[in-house]
Amino acid sequence: MATVTLSAVTKSYAGNAVIHGVDCAIADGEFIVIVGPSGCGKSTLLRMVAGLEAITSGTIAIGSRVVNKVEPKDRDIAMVFQNYALYPHMTVFDNMAYGLKIRGLAKSEIRARVDKAAAILQLEALLGRTPRQLSGGQRQRVAMGRAIVREPQVFLFDEPLSNLDAKLRVQMRVEIKRLQQRLGTTSIYVTHDQTEAMTLADRLIVLNAGIAEQIGRPIELYERPASLFVAGFIGSPAMNFLDATVGAGGQLILAGAMLPALPPVAVPAGTEITLGIRPEHLMVAGDGEAAASLQVEMIELLGADTIAYGTLGEGGPSLLMRLNGSVGIAPGTRLPLRFPPERLHLFDRRSGRRLDHP
Amino acid sequence: MESRSGRLAWLPHLILLAGLLLVGFPIYVTFVGSTLTTPEILSGHMSLLPGGHLVENYLTALTQGMPQLSGVPVARLMLNSLAMALAIAFGKMAISFLSAYAIVFFRFPGRMVCFWMIFLTLMLPVEVRIVPTFQVAASLGLIDTYGGLAIPLIASATATLLFRQFFLTVPDELIEAARLDGAGPLRFLKDVLLPLSSTNLAALFVILFVYGWNQYLWPLLVTNTASMTTLVVGIKSMLTVDANTPWHLVMATAILAMLPPAAVVLLMQRWFVKGLVESEK
Repeated sequence: MATVTLSAVTKSYAGNAVIHGVDCAIADGEFIVIVGPSGCGKSTLLRMVAGLEAITSGTIAIGSRVVNKVEPKDRDIAMVFQNYALYPHMTVFDNMAYGLKIRGLAKSEIRARVDKAAAILQLEALLGRTPRQLSGGQRQRVAMGRAIVREPQVFLFDEPLSNLDAKLRVQMRVEIKRLQQRLGTTSIYVTHDQTEAMTLADRLIVLNAGIAEQIGRPIELYERPASLFVAGFIGSPAMNFLDATVGAGGQLILAGAMLPALPPVAVPAGTEITLGIRPEHLMVAGDGEAAASLQVEMIELLGADTIAYGTLGEGGPSLLMRLNGSVGIAPGTRLPLRFPPERLHLFDRRSGRRLDHP
Repeated sequence: MESRSGRLAWLPHLILLAGLLLVGFPIYVTFVGSTLTTPEILSGHMSLLPGGHLVENYLTALTQGMPQLSGVPVARLMLNSLAMALAIAFGKMAISFLSAYAIVFFRFPGRMVCFWMIFLTLMLPVEVRIVPTFQVAASLGLIDTYGGLAIPLIASATATLLFRQFFLTVPDELIEAARLDGAGPLRFLKDVLLPLSSTNLAALFVILFVYGWNQYLWPLLVTNTASMTTLVVGIKSMLTVDANTPWHLVMATAILAMLPPAAVVLLMQRWFVKGLVESEK
């Protein structure tokens, strides 16, 4: 087990920078998820930790050892690939044993390690089969087994669940989490799926165009997103964004609506900001406290909750609202809205950074 | 390929039968000839039913030298042909496997130049470069040796390209997984690439064996001694211009010459088809 330290890590391909200086100290035994849209550089970052991509500048250290120039096989890591990358002509046993065999471990030791991993992953009955005789979920488990038997200091996962169907994905997600907790191995996990990221991570790195927008615990990112990008990426359905201006008295002026002043807003009057509020935090207003209204255009009944799509007032910006339970609202209804001040997120419209308010 | 029933179902069968007859009949005549005597063959109304000299003719051809072959028995020529065909097949497979491996998996200066040079040799068949090749083989003292028969034919652009295409389909992640497992280039070649290529290798072996077995021009040039020549060349030298051609033995030898390639194709048929049609997942 080990810490992993990224210091000002950058990556360029032929002069084009794809990673712009990422810093992150990963604690021993921590489960870190790197999340971001496709092309943001998250796999590149992982592959640099693995040693499959050269580091343009900065350093990566595993434990106290800087590994920039260390061969992948000597980094004491194990990686699970998106398409599993199992050797098609080898049995499950041989797939898991191959790395150990190369390292020159004794036959009995290999046998013991593979059996142990197979027991953890319930692969005992499949050890004699070849990958093509396995289902997707089973292949996934073999890929994990191959990582486990190495008893590495760090696990690296490169979108390991994206080739599975939705149901299996949820199941394997739970298994990975349970496994990581049981083994206590430092893990770095790359995904574009924010639900996967939220559920697995001890801490998240949200990567956007090669920049770490925010690093923190999932709930921190949900409650205090540092930027518009993080706010929009974390949470489903995505956060509502409304253009607003700070009024003379510190109140927020929305198109067609006025929100009461939020106590000390450290923003000069007239600043253009973006107001964010999550669909689940919009409230139906009681008598006399409506700040605005939602003109409902469409609803989705999901059973546990209801999503109302519409606009802020008549013809205003589009707005989503999530209501608990099944609420029968006819399209065309006008719902009075309340914006709980503690649930509002303010962002500088130009830089996209969060503007703090208590 | 719409359906196999219907009014036109007989047509493909008819075409197949016609094709079969076209190819099969001459072979049958050869076989019948190999069971007769030369006067019977030359009598002007050769029987289309096998005669009674089957064992005798084949034994004579295999073991007795005939004057047209300077007394060298056909068995010796078969051995020469076999040695040459096997050396060419395995040599080509080894060389092209390794060159394709280098071109696909390694980044080195001049990689594409190497690739195009190999590719260009496709435009230079053996016949075109036969005089300089002969000159080189002669200078190296390869005349009348097995080395001389096989080595100049071993380099193969076709097989290299075939392996290259196959190697390009090997997913990068498999290579990376092997790297993480600590497999160096040679281990990867031996433990991963070679087993994955087994069907391709088998298909290629069939093609190359037949190619090597059927070589005519090059063995004709590079061998001077009757005991070093190959079966295909031998058949040709049995056909003399005068009336002394032992036709019954020529026919028997022709049948013998057809057997090894046919055996290779039949035995490896399953692998052969698999290797050409199916790509490993």
